[in-house]
Amino acid sequence: MADREGLTSDRRRNRLAGPAWLPWVYLAPALLLYGGFLLFPLARAAQYSLYEWDGLTPSSTFVGFRNYLAVIGDPRLREAFGHAGVLIFFYAVLPLAIGLILATILARGKVRGRGFFRVVIFLPQVIAMVVIAVTWRQLYAPDGPINATLRAVGLGALARPWLGDYFWTLPAVGFIGTWVSTGLVTVLLMAGIARIPKDLYEAARLDGASAVQEFFAITLPSLRGEITVALTLTIVAALKTFDLVYVTTRGGPGTSTTVPSYEVYRNAFELGRVGIATAIGIVLTVIIFAINAVVNRIGDRE
Amino acid sequence: MRISGFERAANYVILVIFAFIVLAPIGVILSLAFGPQNAVAEREGGSFHPENFADAWVIGRFGQYLLTSVAVAAIVVVLSVTVSILAGYALGTMRFRGQGIVFLLFLLGIMVPAEAFVIPLFFDLRQLGLTNTIWGVALPQVAMSIAFGTYWMRTYFRSSSVALIEAARLDGAGSLRILWQILVPVGRPAILTLVLLVFMWTWNEFLIPLVMSPNATIRTAPLGLAFFQGQYTQGTALLAAGAVLVAAPVVVLYIFLQRHFIKGMLEGAVRE
Repeated sequence: MADREGLTSDRRRNRLAGPAWLPWVYLAPALLLYGGFLLFPLARAAQYSLYEWDGLTPSSTFVGFRNYLAVIGDPRLREAFGHAGVLIFFYAVLPLAIGLILATILARGKVRGRGFFRVVIFLPQVIAMVVIAVTWRQLYAPDGPINATLRAVGLGALARPWLGDYFWTLPAVGFIGTWVSTGLVTVLLMAGIARIPKDLYEAARLDGASAVQEFFAITLPSLRGEITVALTLTIVAALKTFDLVYVTTRGGPGTSTTVPSYEVYRNAFELGRVGIATAIGIVLTVIIFAINAVVNRIGDRE
Repeated sequence: MRISGFERAANYVILVIFAFIVLAPIGVILSLAFGPQNAVAEREGGSFHPENFADAWVIGRFGQYLLTSVAVAAIVVVLSVTVSILAGYALGTMRFRGQGIVFLLFLLGIMVPAEAFVIPLFFDLRQLGLTNTIWGVALPQVAMSIAFGTYWMRTYFRSSSVALIEAARLDGAGSLRILWQILVPVGRPAILTLVLLVFMWTWNEFLIPLVMSPNATIRTAPLGLAFFQGQYTQGTALLAAGAVLVAAPVVVLYIFLQRHFIKGMLEGAVRE
């Protein structure tokens, strides 16, 4: 029955299509706007990345792959990609660890106020990153609430200018990413846990499994798909970090928090190195696609 | 499931701590926004100053920035949602040669970061005289939203009732009438979710308005906030009030329609 249903619905879809050009009429406006303002400039980016151009004068020089060699060779740019790697830890790995704990807690036993907690922890996802950055700049200020709290509890030695310290600024910026991502990851995992059949847990309990055994034997393997999605979303967010760095540190102090997106902007509009800027953008895109493919490949393997 | 009293108590403690970590920064910015602008204001007016918002609106020009944001968001939402419905309809209900490739093209756009195409787009739009105009700021975001919107609407149309379409077709309804009179009204929840997501992304977008309007003729709210911070290092109260004004529209929508936001952002994560 199911098969026949499938067959007839296929045929119906065919008949609905009408003349062969009809779908293209419906697609035309989307393809025009999407093609003109995204696909075409993307192709242009590949082209620009092979030239040296300052963005002002009409003349440009073909340099082949030299801009790409510069991306790999320039220590500052290499450093930017390294920082993006650190941000992946704060945007993706740490939130996944926290999210697994929170989602498991919420699923075990009947925790009251679960709906409220879900709404609260997801909230950072809908706030403009600029607002978040402005807020955390206040929190991290030398005489801001975080340092004031540390001093009040006798940990004044730990107080520091969080956004002006060569070592601590990158983790401090990264932690803002943790604050933003954790809600998304937790809510995703909560949805996944809700789909795990309850009798799996009942059986484990009868076998005398502890909470920890239960987590590794049932919860974690069942969440494979959700973990894959969570990692994809948060890793991409980490790699695309721009507003946060632009507003909190502008890559500083020194070059300690510069990231690829910020280097795209800086090279194109502050340094007049349009070719290098587009090459960074292309490299970033390739990395995003590669990580996506790897995470999904690992996630799909059973 | 039954758990021990100790575990239950420990769980509540952990959840309360995390809720606090999320809410504390928001509490700080709200208290700054309502706080005194300077020592004089504190001596004379106490500690509660809602007039900061009026000052931010006028002196900080946030009123102007918010209006710009409303205009940009209106263009992006109306244009991209309409166009996505049409394209999603074709991909979700019709069969044609090249369908797979077209769908892959749209998927590509969901993953491509704006950083990759915004630079050449800026220089090409400058040639056309579109930079520093509202269209220069809006159209690239329309394109980005179409990638997701088409994917989203295709999913809806694929799940829509074939029997319903067939019945309407037998009644002699054309494909356009089936779309607007049957599928769009039935699909209102899916469309509302899309509208909310596109609105949020556009409202919060930073890079594209920054690049597309270098002389700041079109300054959206997040940009206004970033530049306000750069210019007035002393005005913490106005900065905080401005931050609250910028975040408020999406947060208010989220509070009332949180199911749509959460569902959309979770299901929108591309998994084919």
